[in-house]
Amino acid sequence: MGGNSAEKPALLVNGKRVDGRGVEDLRSVKIVARVLNDAEGSAYIEWGKNKILAGIYGPRECIPRHDQSLYRAVVKCRYNMAPFSGAEEHGRSGPNRRSKELSKVIKEAFENVIISENFPKTEISIFVEVLQSDGGTRCAAVTAAAVALADAGIPMKDLISAVAVCKIDGQIAVDPGKEEDNFGESDMPIAFSPRTGEILLFQMDGNLTRSEVARGLELAKNAVSKIRAVQVEAIKKVYDEPKEDRFLLIG
Amino acid sequence: MESLNEIKRDTLGALLEQGKRPDGRGMHDYRKINLQPGILQNPEGSAIASIGKSQVMAGIKFDVAKPFPDRPTEGVLSTSADLLPLASHLFETGPPSDESIELARVVDRGIRSANIIDLNSFYIEEEKVLALYIDLFILDHDGNLIDTAALAAMSALLSARMPKVENGKIIRGEFTGKLPVKEKVVTCTFGKLGSKSFLDPSLDEEKGMDCRLTLATTPKHLCAAQKGGWGTVTEKDLMELLDISLDKGNELRSLLRD
Repeated sequence: MGGNSAEKPALLVNGKRVDGRGVEDLRSVKIVARVLNDAEGSAYIEWGKNKILAGIYGPRECIPRHDQSLYRAVVKCRYNMAPFSGAEEHGRSGPNRRSKELSKVIKEAFENVIISENFPKTEISIFVEVLQSDGGTRCAAVTAAAVALADAGIPMKDLISAVAVCKIDGQIAVDPGKEEDNFGESDMPIAFSPRTGEILLFQMDGNLTRSEVARGLELAKNAVSKIRAVQVEAIKKVYDEPKEDRFLLIG
Repeated sequence: MESLNEIKRDTLGALLEQGKRPDGRGMHDYRKINLQPGILQNPEGSAIASIGKSQVMAGIKFDVAKPFPDRPTEGVLSTSADLLPLASHLFETGPPSDESIELARVVDRGIRSANIIDLNSFYIEEEKVLALYIDLFILDHDGNLIDTAALAAMSALLSARMPKVENGKIIRGEFTGKLPVKEKVVTCTFGKLGSKSFLDPSLDEEKGMDCRLTLATTPKHLCAAQKGGWGTVTEKDLMELLDISLDKGNELRSLLRD
């Protein structure tokens, strides 16, 4: 989908994808919570080759004050990609149109589940840093941020999870990798509230028939239940195996 | 906040008078240092360094670039630092702060003046050279970010591979060997309060101290220095701290894998 001019490779051969997965298989997802010292909550996620760090501050005084709400905490989000995160050229640091849009849709997903009425005049900040990208960073970012918010003790209606579905060589598949993202026919990232089944983040580009959309939703829902299990495990581990030192240990 | 820092200054001063530090360290001891080189697959080099609770990630990336007009055959070296808002409640989103620019420039100067990377070997063809980017991502701030970032940068450089270049373009994912690095540059940063100086200030100590002095060294030379803060250092301080830096520098160098 990335408008890559290179020649499109075969994405599905005998039901196997470029990395050997079947259409319903996720890449490996690992989450470690509480890896930072100063942030009130944090989580590190490795999703395939994606490596993403989420940190939470708040509820704290909302600055500037004209952003404050008398009724609830203001949720803020910054999704940022490291200039060295991609496999291609060195990126520019700082926000761009893509990162601003993703920050907005991620923020809106969490605005639904955070019980913000408890904290008027404050802000809750979600900071996401993509250290290495390999397709599907926004879904991995939502998944990590949910764990970091739970680690920070922010009250939420649900622990949300996200995954994308794609169409590769005419077939619907879950969790597209970078190549499938670049050369696939469609990409549809979705964040769910697993408890209610409600959709909190929804984007799509490409071409899908009505039945393909339905199939995509079904695959995404199945995948999200697996991701939720990893999230819950990561939060439990913080309390089952408390650690003196907080380190971001990679690999 | 200012009054809190005044209190911190008084407490720190009283402790230093007794030859003690808030966390029980000796005057010339580092906190626990941890290095993780080569942790990312996408960039040519990478590392995380931590000193105590400060954590910094460094990424090394190569691109093809236009050389500077006054140095047409020389590669480009560029260092930047991001004080990520998730690293500290003190950091804000927005354009680079003075502090982040100083941090990047001090680390850059050490590496650049020691000539540990042969920028002449980055020449490709007329108007085309390799550019090497060192990006320092501050992940967690508990003081002495300069030494932590310098260690991360050095560790990442030592883990870096040279990209394959064909017809003036980088072939991503293919390499011709390790990035040649001639020597290991490390920095030692001291805090100073009154007449007392101490190595590796924590954030708590940074809030109470008058100034800091950073000395970047190779095994034999001083290659960059920076004084920060309103306090002063004497000539005698400077010479003493240089001796300690050359000595401690070897300790830091022994942690860096070739």
